[in-house]
Order: sequence, then structure tokens, then C-alpha cells
Amino acid sequence: MPPGAPAQLYPLGDAAVVVQFGDAISRATHAAIQAFGAHLARHPFVGLRECVPAFTTLTVYYDPWLVSDGGQHPPYETVADTLRALLATVGPPAAAATTNLVEIPVCYGGAWGPDLDFVARHTGLATAEVVARHTAPDYLVHMIGFAPGFPYLGGLDARLATPRLAQPRPRVPAGTVGIAGPQTGIYSLPSPGGWQLIGRTPLRLFDAAWAAPSLLHAGQHLRFVPISAAEYARTQQHEP
Amino acid sequence: MSLSVLHPGLLTTVQDLGRPGYQQAGVPVGGALDAVALRVANLLVGNDESAAGLEITLRGPCLRFDAGGLFALTGADLSPTLNGQPLQLHRPTWAPVGAELAFGAPRAGCRAYLAVAGGVAVAPVLGSRATYLRAGLGGWHGRALRTGDELPIGAPLPLGQRIIAELAKNQSSIAQARWTPGPQLCPAPRHRPVIRAVQGPEYGQFAVASQRAFWEQPFVVTAAADRMGYRLQGPALARLTDSELLSSAVTHGTVQVPPGGQPIVLLADRQTTGGYPRLAQVITADFGALAQAAPGQVLRFQEVSLDEAQALYLAQERAVRALQRGIQLRFA
Repeated sequence: MPPGAPAQLYPLGDAAVVVQFGDAISRATHAAIQAFGAHLARHPFVGLRECVPAFTTLTVYYDPWLVSDGGQHPPYETVADTLRALLATVGPPAAAATTNLVEIPVCYGGAWGPDLDFVARHTGLATAEVVARHTAPDYLVHMIGFAPGFPYLGGLDARLATPRLAQPRPRVPAGTVGIAGPQTGIYSLPSPGGWQLIGRTPLRLFDAAWAAPSLLHAGQHLRFVPISAAEYARTQQHEP
Repeated sequence: MSLSVLHPGLLTTVQDLGRPGYQQAGVPVGGALDAVALRVANLLVGNDESAAGLEITLRGPCLRFDAGGLFALTGADLSPTLNGQPLQLHRPTWAPVGAELAFGAPRAGCRAYLAVAGGVAVAPVLGSRATYLRAGLGGWHGRALRTGDELPIGAPLPLGQRIIAELAKNQSSIAQARWTPGPQLCPAPRHRPVIRAVQGPEYGQFAVASQRAFWEQPFVVTAAADRMGYRLQGPALARLTDSELLSSAVTHGTVQVPPGGQPIVLLADRQTTGGYPRLAQVITADFGALAQAAPGQVLRFQEVSLDEAQALYLAQERAVRALQRGIQLRFA
């Protein structure tokens, strides 16, 4: 898709429409997805179930029975027509709200980041330089996926790119911050994982008891802030 | 009322129709894999169709009714008995106080559903009682049932009370209703099911020979099969490009193909997004048939158009709604 091309629509089965806004990860594509998602939230249609933003797409789930008014209209075509009309009336993307900056404290290295030394050797940087470069950018939360509360972040310093482990670990604790190729992210739940682990945040990223169960959501900006092991121990929220 | 778990079976979980609305936070919709079977079981006992019941996998549990209760079983035939007496599926059934519901050898299908009048009364989490095992949330303490659990059951709705009044004239003995839903809503799980699907968003990226193989060749459900999805074994499916895909939405029924070429069909507890090419998408009307395929079973995929998929969806909805109306009228 050329930049600025109109969004494309296609079905994902018989109860979802994918709206595609571009072919590559970019802040402009992200802003267009956010703007359309907000527009749709202000103008919901009968039978709209929910939307899932991703790097270049917004997937819209619907109830075929309700959107077709009990089978009187073809469901997909009805939803696609509604979405095309909304695409024609969506305003320009809002300016990036960098004031909405979330700080994620991270204790780097040691037991919290057992692969920090490997990342330093692989990139030819001192460990302090790896931490400095990892804590410098404002990262953009492009999407939440893979696991409840897991953020896909844009903005990693290209010098920090490091391949995944050849052999994934059977269990990575919640809150662990990792690097995989050109990406960085935070494990939101304990899970198996092959990312290079460089640190851990004491914050919980996901809690089903919260009204909004994910700490982060698509469209937010965040920054990693280094903390000491003592501060980690004092503030840690994870279950033992 | 409560149900005591004397033996939990292989994997017995509390499920309802899932928790839509939290996929943006990475939480899958979840819920019963064969949602129509759970809806039908609920309707047969006078519950709201979305009440929580039990999803019972291959080897069933042994449960004791701590008070008399109305229940129904749908989905797989796992040789159910009540106090040793064989039961028929798809019928409102009265269990007297102390009765023990047990299961034997799986005869057909993989997942049975138990609805009890009043529903399983655990606290909802994010709007649903469904158990999501990976995150340990919902259901009974976020986990499968264990021996010694005592599951709370709510009070029957007025409709359930009227069904009980007609069925259980003598509350101290077992009774099964003579009526059942029509055959469309009680499908016998097939030994070699044919699962209908539409093309997925990346269908065109696969070699024509692989597209053909997908529709024509059988696939085996491997042992790597759980509520998140089934890994299938069959002809290797080749993508024409090795360009990296950007993660996008995946859903119940998405058939994705990792680099090895062996497809994975995703089920209700799947991730919300994925980065593998989406070859096909199982139609909603066949989620039940898919849920009833057990590890080791052979299945085939059959291509249908989106129009056919939508027509089958609407026909299934009409059938469920007709059953609901029929029961309401009968016990009005």
C-alpha cells in the first residue's frame, strides 16, 4: 500500500473485518489506526463487539445476527459499508500526546536481567551503555498482544538489536524486560520465552481485578527508568 | 446447592460464552469451545443461554449433587451415568439429593457440557465466569476442577422451576424428560469430521499446490491440542514468500501456518494477535464440530464462500432461538 492510500477492508472469517491502514510499522499508520478506533468508539453500530488494534490493522469483531437484523441483510457487507462511511468522516489523527508518558522502573542486570552481559558483548557496548541506550527513548505502545497486557513497543535503539535465544527458557517471570531482534518488550505474565532478558520491572502489567486489566494500552508512550535492587525489592508488586 | 467433585476427570473447567471486550488488553474471548452445545444445555434446564456450566474433556469427572438438581448434558457422548444408570444426552434430567454423576469411556466427540439449573455461581471476572487457564483467571479459582472442590450452583430461574415441577413429580428418584431438541442442535460428533472454512487473509501467499492440499488432504489432530488450539499434522504447506508478517488479529477458528508448514487451528483461548500467515478461517457454524475432534482424530477442511458461511451462521442462530422460544412456550 502506498503511503496515504485509502484503508483496505477484508474479512477475517464470518464475524470480523480487518481494516488495514498500511504495510509497514510507522507512527503515521499507528496514528491513523488510533484516530479511526476513537471515531468508531464514538459512533458504534448495533452488533459491534470489539476492536483489536495491531501494527497496521484494526480488526473489528461483530455479531452477525445483530448486524444483519436477524438475517435480513448480509452481515459482512453491512459492516463493511458502515466502516467505509466512517472512514470517510474520520478527522485527521490527533497530535501525539507525549504528555501521556508512563514511566516503567526497571532493575537492570543481575538476577533480574541475566542476558544483559550477553547483549553488551553482542552489541560491543558496555553494560552501562546498553542501559543508557535502553532508557533513552520514548517508546510507543503499538499494540497489546501475545499475552494479556503484553506491549509491542516501537522505538528501540537499533544498536541494541540482539537475536533471540536459540533455546527458549521454560519460564520467564512476569515483569521481565527483554530484547528480541529489533524489538523490546515486557513479559506481562510468567511464560516460556526466548527473548534476551536484560532487567525486570517491579510493576504489575496485568491484573484481572483492575477495571482496565492492562497497565498499558495501544497509543501510550513509555520510558524505562533504571532503579536499584533495593528499590526493586521495596516496590515489587508481583506474586511470590 | 452445590456439586461436590469426587473425581475431577482429565480436564473439567467452568465455562460460559466468554469475555468479549478485553481483546485490546490481550485477553482472549475464551468460553466454551462448543458454544452451541453449552447454549443448548442451558436452555434445556431453563437457564439463560449464557449461564456458566462445565466443559468436560474426554475422561469425565464424578460429581455428587448435594441437593436435588435439574441438569442436562450435551456435546460429546462420554458414557454418562447417574447412580450407575445410563443417561441420554440432550434431555432435562432430575438428580435426587446425593446422586452421583459419572462418566465412562468416550464414545463420540471430545467435549461434553453440563448445565445445571441455576448455573455455576462463581464470581465473574472481567464480565465472565469462563476459566482462562493460561492467566489463571475466571472459573473456579482460575483452574481446572480438583477432587474436594464444592462448586456453588445458583437458584433455578422460574422457567427451570417449571421444568422441575413437570419432570420431577417424585423428587427422590431419577427422571429424564422424553423430549429433546431437533437433530440440528444435537449433532452426533463424527469420527472423521469435515470442517468448513473460508480463505484467510494470507491465503493468496500460499503455493497453489499447498492451497489444494489443504482442502483435499486429511490432517491429524496431534497430542499438542488444548483450549488454545490444535497442532495438525499433514502435508507441509508452503508459503511463496518468506517476508516477515507483522502481528495482526487472530481469532477462534484461524488456521495459521508457522514456518515448518504444519498448520495450527486456533480455539477460544488463543492469543489475540499473531504473526503467522492466516491460511484459512473455520466458519463459526463449525466451531462445535472442531471442538469435538480429539487428539489422534483425522479431519478434513472444506472450502465454502463467505456467503455460505454467513447463511450457515444465521441458520444455526435461528435454530437456537427457535429452541429457546419453544421451551418458553411449552412451560409458559
